[in-house]
Amino acid sequence: MTAPLIRVEAAAFDQGAELNRFASAAGAAGAVVSFSGLVRDEGGILEALEIEHYPAMTALAIQAIAEEAARRWSLTATLVIHRFGRLVPGEAIMMVATAARHRREAFEAAEFLMDYLKSRAPFWKKAFTAGGAEWVAAKASDEEALGRWG
Amino acid sequence: MIEILYFAWLREKIGLPRERVETGAATVADLVQELALRDDAYALAFADLTSLRVALDQELADFDAPLAGVREVAFFPPMTGG
Repeated sequence: MTAPLIRVEAAAFDQGAELNRFASAAGAAGAVVSFSGLVRDEGGILEALEIEHYPAMTALAIQAIAEEAARRWSLTATLVIHRFGRLVPGEAIMMVATAARHRREAFEAAEFLMDYLKSRAPFWKKAFTAGGAEWVAAKASDEEALGRWG
Repeated sequence: MIEILYFAWLREKIGLPRERVETGAATVADLVQELALRDDAYALAFADLTSLRVALDQELADFDAPLAGVREVAFFPPMTGG
């Protein structure tokens, strides 16, 4: 497996271009799965989402999660892009992509990455609405989701 | 000297993102106790440890973890990535 590609950045990224580049580099793998997380509009009330992170730790934590995924599934390549800063509804917050010889491995590894990025990568979201600003609370279901990976 | 970092609502409650602290605390829990005694803002911020997480030198740790040799302690609420 090639080293996981990990990017933590403020700038917007082009999901299509990223996926095409990833898929062509992953080449002969056979299966590529990708997931993008977008800012939800929360029924039209959300004005912006501000994402804070812990710069000295973020890439290290994502690296550790990606390495664990590579131990569990035979991946040929992994990509994680996660943004920080102020984003508006519809913008992509993050994407993961996995490449493997068979789709099941690529799907499972992508889900594993998402589950761990949710509650083990040092990001915090603050939601801004006309009514004010509020930190987004972690969900018990996000923590429970880790349980299925043993 | 230990560098302490605060994130998200914890940073807002305490009113600063980081500070350097001279401490003899043996564990994270001891350090929390020291900080909570400083004033109401710290006491309030650290009132419920179940709503907080800690990282020692950029790695997640438990509140009973020893501080010997640690240079950076970060306190924050449960993470909401993805």
